[in-house]
Amino acid sequence: MADTATHEAHVTSTGLSNVKLGMWLFLGSECLLFGGLISTYMLYRGRVSNGPTPEQIYDIPFTSVSSFVLLMSSLTMVLAVAAAHKKDDRGTNLWLTVTALLGATFVGGQVYEFTAFYNEGLGFTTSLFGSSFYTLTGFHGVHVTVGIIMLMALVAINKRSRVPGSKSETVEMIGLYWHFVDIVWIIIFTLVYLIPV
Amino acid sequence: MAIIERPAPGTTVPALTPAAPAITPSRTYGALRRPVATTGWKSWLFTVDHKKLGLMYGATALFFFIVGGLEAVLIRLQLAAPDGKVLNADLYNQMFTMHATTMVFLFVMPMAAGFANYFVPLQIGARDVAFPRINAFGFWCLLAGGIVVNLAWFLGGAADGGWFMYAPNSGPVFSPSKGVDFWTLGLQIAGIASLTGAINLIVTVLNMRAPGMTLMKMPVFTWMITVVQFLLLFAVPVITVALFLLTFQRSFGAQFFDVAAGADPLLWQHLFWIFGHPEVYILILPSFGIISEVLPVFSRKPLFGYPFVVFSGAAIGFVGWGVWAHHMFASGLGPVSVAVFSLATMAIAVPTGVKIINWTLTMWGGKLVFTTAMKFAIGLVVLFTIGGLSGVTHSVAPSDTQQTDTYYIVAHFHYVLFGGAIFGIFSGFYYWWPKMFGKMLNERLGSWNFWLMVIGMNMTFGPMHILGLQGQPRRMYVWTEARAGEGFFNLGFWNLIASIGSLILTVGIGLFLINVVVTARSKVRAPLDPWNARSLEWMTSNPPKEHNFDSIPHVHHLDEFFHRKYEEDPTTHSMREVASAEDVLAELERNADQHIHMPSPSYWPLVLACGMPFVALGVIYSIPVAIAGGLIMLYALYGWALEPSTAPESDFDAPSSNGHAVGASHG
Repeated sequence: MADTATHEAHVTSTGLSNVKLGMWLFLGSECLLFGGLISTYMLYRGRVSNGPTPEQIYDIPFTSVSSFVLLMSSLTMVLAVAAAHKKDDRGTNLWLTVTALLGATFVGGQVYEFTAFYNEGLGFTTSLFGSSFYTLTGFHGVHVTVGIIMLMALVAINKRSRVPGSKSETVEMIGLYWHFVDIVWIIIFTLVYLIPV
Repeated sequence: MAIIERPAPGTTVPALTPAAPAITPSRTYGALRRPVATTGWKSWLFTVDHKKLGLMYGATALFFFIVGGLEAVLIRLQLAAPDGKVLNADLYNQMFTMHATTMVFLFVMPMAAGFANYFVPLQIGARDVAFPRINAFGFWCLLAGGIVVNLAWFLGGAADGGWFMYAPNSGPVFSPSKGVDFWTLGLQIAGIASLTGAINLIVTVLNMRAPGMTLMKMPVFTWMITVVQFLLLFAVPVITVALFLLTFQRSFGAQFFDVAAGADPLLWQHLFWIFGHPEVYILILPSFGIISEVLPVFSRKPLFGYPFVVFSGAAIGFVGWGVWAHHMFASGLGPVSVAVFSLATMAIAVPTGVKIINWTLTMWGGKLVFTTAMKFAIGLVVLFTIGGLSGVTHSVAPSDTQQTDTYYIVAHFHYVLFGGAIFGIFSGFYYWWPKMFGKMLNERLGSWNFWLMVIGMNMTFGPMHILGLQGQPRRMYVWTEARAGEGFFNLGFWNLIASIGSLILTVGIGLFLINVVVTARSKVRAPLDPWNARSLEWMTSNPPKEHNFDSIPHVHHLDEFFHRKYEEDPTTHSMREVASAEDVLAELERNADQHIHMPSPSYWPLVLACGMPFVALGVIYSIPVAIAGGLIMLYALYGWALEPSTAPESDFDAPSSNGHAVGASHG
């Protein structure tokens, strides 16, 4: 996934590796993406037309549990990075897989939640609230899914020992992305679910 | 090719032996072996070389410049006389929308990206960018995006909502053709090019500077490009959101801009202009950078107040985030917002004014050399100042509400974009042409090119100030004799002048294209240092070798190249030449690195970008096509992930017995 510098052992001007700096910049850009989506949701969350209101459909205990699962996946991601730094291949693969499974549990929870909301009358086209809710949480769900694909791909490539460049750095990069997606969820969970309209 | 082997010092073998012909790829990544062609179309299609990509960006941008220019001429022909018959109302809407879209997203931005790609690594003493494959991917995304946006012409009509595509006007009710869908999805793809390019160039500038090149020793062009990349990094995601919302509304029935359902009609305007105002600095700052290189060279003086020029560029970048709502003064924002944005807009004139003063003082007392590049640079200073002054009149909100949506606005932004951005780009053409192609553009034709463009541009856009203040609205496909007014302010007279001006402009730009052809056919090679230049990119051959520098220079000064050629005489305190450009290059050659590893060409950037138009067309016509496009992209990512950026030796068969060993002894 990550390009290495034109020269493997190239000393960079800042001391940070190119890949790491690039990932931080990308995440900075992502902040604005979610900023735009969250703003749209905050503008529209009270505009429900004839559809259900947020209070009527949100199941806070359920979403709290799935949020907890996602946050725990950050912990297992840290363990994967630590194992990678110790060049412990088995540990790396194990924790990456656990992280992916926890992420998948979260996405599964989101699919369940979307289905439940839809059955309760909140479609994508029902109201401005519906459109902006599904867009915001959907974008986050897609980000988690992309993260899961990256984790599983890394495990698969790692098992065949074909990770290009530095392995521990590749794990760390996916870790950065994963933590970012988690942090965004903390903001979304607070703004979307916890703060009443 | 990937690995460049140099003979040991003292041998008589020609300087460089790219080991290409002997190489055959052996190892597969995602079912494909590495591309190895070093000549012919394949070497361009799969290249990751920043210089080739820079030229590809430039060629694509020039093509779209011609397309957008023809659209502009059609608009002016339509408006030359009352009740024009050249275009009907619908076609006229498409024409002005696509003219602006093409010029902004498919000409000025990619042209700046082309210059940046080519010259930023050279100016900081690097051999390539930080992420060469992502660089190639960005170019192909731009091309794919440009094609998708323009495909609409052939599939039921292009986008017709104006370049800022205000929703709900661009919703399915008021823009029923598929043009807007092509527009949103095409720009989305082009946006990926901007985003990846931004990350790539920022990392390149921050991480890959030659030893000794601190940030405050970087050439101003590199500085301005860096500021622009930060603007892109944070502005592109905002337009991405807006484009997604509009796509979801048009294709999947979401309600974001459906006012009947309670949507806020200002949502799009805010999202668009939070992107759109930084965007105007994205368009102009690269040209500011270019002329900050050109003016000192042709004034035979260092840039006056280098830190001021740098920091005012950065200040423009910062303040540029706080002025977006001055595009919305007529929308009823309320007095507090209007006052705040009004003041911020006035404030941004300060750093811009600082730059203009610095450029003027750079020329002051200099030994001016009026080459075509210099003329265009001076043209920018003058014309941009005129456009900047009319811009300040927009910051006065009560005045702006009178000017909103009139030709006065059109006059303003053409003075800053044509007189600013495009004059800077032309200055860059004439200045860097010998570097890029090893031949000088003809100066006589260049002079005609310049003067016709100056006259044409002022005749076209100057009268628009009058037209606008007389109340001619922009985006109206006809004007009528009955309301044209009399005497000096007669709309007919000034519209005709503007249209004639646009034809002169066309001839001027045509002369540039002729100049390109004439130069390409000429056999005269450019001298090594034709302008007596100052910065690192001139410390290479014309055009630069694939690996740019034989040895990476150690930088001690701003204007390093100049300081290697000239030294201050301790008694007279004047600069005297101590080395020619040839001497400086020979010095680099003597210390040449033995093993230079360049990034290897790759199929994956092209394959990955090829999936994108399918996704776009799939969203518009049928979802299975989008899924097919997604699968192509997934496959490309798979191959990409496995393939190291710089090829290891094991990727290729062992070299034949007579060839040099390929990278046999590198550390």
